[in-house]
Amino acid sequence: MRTITVIGASLAGLHAALALRTQGYDGRLVIVGEEHHRPYDRPPLSKEFLTGALTADRLSLADAEEIAELDADWLLGTRAEGLDPPSRTVALADGRKLSTDGVVLATGAVPRTLPGEPLAGVHTLRTLDDAAALREELSRGQVRVVVIGAGFIGAEVASSCATLGHSVTVVEAAAQPLLPQLGARMAAFCADLHTDHGVTLLTGTGVRALHPEPGRSAAADGGRGRVGWVELADGRFLPADVVVVGIGVQPATGWLQGSGLVLDDGVVCDAGGATPVPGVVAVGDVARRAGHRAEHWTSAMEAPAVAVRNLLAGTTVETYSAVPYFWSDQYGIRLQLAGTTSAADTVRVVEGSPEDRSFLARYERDGATTAVLAANRPRPFTRARRELSREGGLAPV
Amino acid sequence: MIPVCRLEDLPAGESVRLDLEPPIAVFNADGELYAIDDTCTHQDASLAEGWLEGCLVECPLHAASFDLRTGRPTCLPARKAVRTHPVSVLDGTVWVHVESAQPVPATAPHATAAGQGSAA
Repeated sequence: MRTITVIGASLAGLHAALALRTQGYDGRLVIVGEEHHRPYDRPPLSKEFLTGALTADRLSLADAEEIAELDADWLLGTRAEGLDPPSRTVALADGRKLSTDGVVLATGAVPRTLPGEPLAGVHTLRTLDDAAALREELSRGQVRVVVIGAGFIGAEVASSCATLGHSVTVVEAAAQPLLPQLGARMAAFCADLHTDHGVTLLTGTGVRALHPEPGRSAAADGGRGRVGWVELADGRFLPADVVVVGIGVQPATGWLQGSGLVLDDGVVCDAGGATPVPGVVAVGDVARRAGHRAEHWTSAMEAPAVAVRNLLAGTTVETYSAVPYFWSDQYGIRLQLAGTTSAADTVRVVEGSPEDRSFLARYERDGATTAVLAANRPRPFTRARRELSREGGLAPV
Repeated sequence: MIPVCRLEDLPAGESVRLDLEPPIAVFNADGELYAIDDTCTHQDASLAEGWLEGCLVECPLHAASFDLRTGRPTCLPARKAVRTHPVSVLDGTVWVHVESAQPVPATAPHATAAGQGSAA
């Protein structure tokens, strides 16, 4: 291959590019990024960046020397709008067409939003620009924040807003936060973290609509009005100066309609990241690898080396099958989860206790450990994660 | 030189974090003592809380691994080395010689045990 184009200047896109060079690819390397920024780290956006402990320059995933060594053509602030495998071209929003022999799809995912006209003061949090806009609003004195969705992003944003001294309410449609991911007992633990820190948690109710502040001139907010109230499905109204919507993401595949790729909750690819279209692989949040789409930092960093090996080989010579792992920092607690939980699992605390806010718990099914969850227990967690990664999983205790 | 702890309080496989600026982690790797900067060069995580295996310590957050002898990362995501510092034992006390032009606190720092706050 003489030209390979990585679409998405993200963690996964950057690691695909790095892996191409590490694996000896010395042809032309093009990196297309919709955002204007070079690859940066997203996890701190909802935490240290929002609270002001970290500035944007500290988020960079590669320094100037590493960027120079990569020897890539960067097309930043440029959206890819189409892929045509037969002609081996990528169409860009500015009308240009890029000829390329190989393509790495790393376009990630975009936050889900609520229906209705967008109002000022309503935010999602995915990009650095999103986080900067939210941070700006949070820096104008104490405000009433309503966070919609008590998933990991919602919980981290609520935690950061509470740290900044704002009045915070979290609204969750399910009976408990993170119920499908963690099960009832650990979901209750996460609910307690909110209330421990003075955050109001309203569960079991969805949001019906967001309403502007009556009587306020819409002209001041670009004609669209500014949010004033959150109406819940049960009829309650919550006053809100700032609303953060954290109700999940959708893989960014719209631009690939008609490309011949199979799109079904992501770009469908095999366990090695290869799509059925020759010369096209997918990595990161946009990839649905072997029937499963991960939204985890670690797989976005690790899987690209496998995908580009397969791209360079022209066929799948390697697969990626690491035990899923992610972490979340909220209210001073570091939660770490490795493995795959299900509602049928039994949860057993094997060290510490949730009451002490420090524990290691195992998820077990049919006598086998399926996952481990830790709160502020990094070292035992690492040991358990390593055991889980080995053949046969964790030894029984 | 900065006192770390009594040697018997740092058994094999354990680590101690020194609350300096920047913090330093001291490890007992199967009887050999090593000191490195505690903060992972990749992101803000304490290597003293990491997983020790032979002369390698794995960062508890993203599994970057560092060689305690050289400070060099052995795998991604870390790409920069941590500083290493000489360690010696005098009369049963572990001392670290901080390799830094940066000022260290005038008073002896408070040594906190890694992990869950239990005695290392």
